[in-house]
Amino acid sequence: MSDWKPTASIETLKTRAELLVQIRQFFAERDILEVETPLLSHHGVTDRYMKSFQVDGFAGGVGFLQTSPEYAMKRLLAAGSGSIFQICKSFRQDELGQRHNPEFTMLEWYCEGFDHHQLMEQVFELLEALAQTQGFSVALNKRNYTEVFTHYLNINPLSISDSELVELAGNLLGDLPSELERDDYLVLLFEDRIEPLLGQNGDIDCIYDYPASQAALARLNPDNPEVACRFEVYWQGVELANGFYELSDAAEQRRRFEADNQWRVSQGLPRMTIDQHLIAALERGLPDCSGVALGVDRLLMILLQANTLQDVIAFSADRA
Amino acid sequence: MGTITTNDLRNGTKIMLDGEPCTVVDNQFVRPGKGQAFSKTKVLYLLTGRTVEKTFKSGESIETADVIDTDMDYIYNDGEFWYFMDPNTFEQVSADSNAVGDAQYYLIEQDKCQVTLWDGRPIDVSPPNFVVLEVTDTDPGLRGDTSSGGSKPATMHTGAVVKVPLFVNIGDKLKIDTRTGEYVSRA
Repeated sequence: MSDWKPTASIETLKTRAELLVQIRQFFAERDILEVETPLLSHHGVTDRYMKSFQVDGFAGGVGFLQTSPEYAMKRLLAAGSGSIFQICKSFRQDELGQRHNPEFTMLEWYCEGFDHHQLMEQVFELLEALAQTQGFSVALNKRNYTEVFTHYLNINPLSISDSELVELAGNLLGDLPSELERDDYLVLLFEDRIEPLLGQNGDIDCIYDYPASQAALARLNPDNPEVACRFEVYWQGVELANGFYELSDAAEQRRRFEADNQWRVSQGLPRMTIDQHLIAALERGLPDCSGVALGVDRLLMILLQANTLQDVIAFSADRA
Repeated sequence: MGTITTNDLRNGTKIMLDGEPCTVVDNQFVRPGKGQAFSKTKVLYLLTGRTVEKTFKSGESIETADVIDTDMDYIYNDGEFWYFMDPNTFEQVSADSNAVGDAQYYLIEQDKCQVTLWDGRPIDVSPPNFVVLEVTDTDPGLRGDTSSGGSKPATMHTGAVVKVPLFVNIGDKLKIDTRTGEYVSRA
């Protein structure tokens, strides 16, 4: 029985520790404040496809482990914290695979007064600094979402007809589930046909201006409301980070939460209590800011050229 | 017949798709973008032998297939079916040519084979990795220069046609690798 042993080597864990020191140093040099927020809180997320772990016996009721520190960090921003970062654990039910572990380490930060393009450049500065310590040299390659689809698949993802999209996905991706939505086809094509080709040959690809239907918590581009101010960062075919020029409209945020809940009920999923603290904070006013979440385990996986997350986590889910 | 969800999929899991038993040969959890999660799999259809890329919604339930690999002794062939016996229970099963496939050229009575059963019915047969077969026909006139490593076809007593070195004669016993169909050595 060797299941007691770590899945990562001790050498890897030393590199992991050094990585965390370097990340903290990067933010200290930029006067971005490190914060800690609760892992366990009164509210889960209404997100349609993310499941929070539920915990009994929390302050007289049920608690939820965070799927990301976003809500609490936005409350700090609304309370006047200024730019902040956090390195913390996040938890998502049933997410397990080569690049997923139900418990993982997230680096999340918010920069006041930054739009998403400025934040992409800062993400790159961080990655460049970390890459150098492992002997990689990298270049930033900002690419528009639509242009990327045109380049690799010769389609315009915003204007292609539903029937052409379904046909293309069927031809390229094999047998797909029925009842998929338009965005499902786009994300599956992106994942299978584009993602593996991104961030190669020393490039770090930042893809921006996602379709408005994939806005999540990003504001829409005021010059082109068909797209949202959202970006993702890819290095060596791996999605490393997702960022937004943050939505600051409390009414719009509440509307999206309620729409999520309606959808959940229609699918037989439990209605989640909306985090009124977040809504109240947004009503008080979220400063103009951009935020990004970066998977620390995935980053370490690339820096060490490891194959799976298990190789860089001390004890992955099967041994935790 | 049971059901599982995509969370239970592993390489080698046997599932039913389109009324046909399949084995999962690759399985990847993905959660692209901010949308729903999927299990991207490659499945091998066990009756037709085709491999298909198949994507499931994460959490979707899937019917399992009652497929097991079992060691059995090959006993005989009656011209239509090949008969195998479980050495523990002495139970016999008959496999048709679809199930036996190319394995028929390597089946020797009393050899242990791996038989894949679906609901108790044979759907695939794997002979031992190496078998010894006797040459029943090959051109004896071809001698040539053996140092150049030339080869010629030889027909074995089971019907298999194997490329053999030029020095092989009718009546020789040869060791054959059944996975590649290649000559290994004189037995």
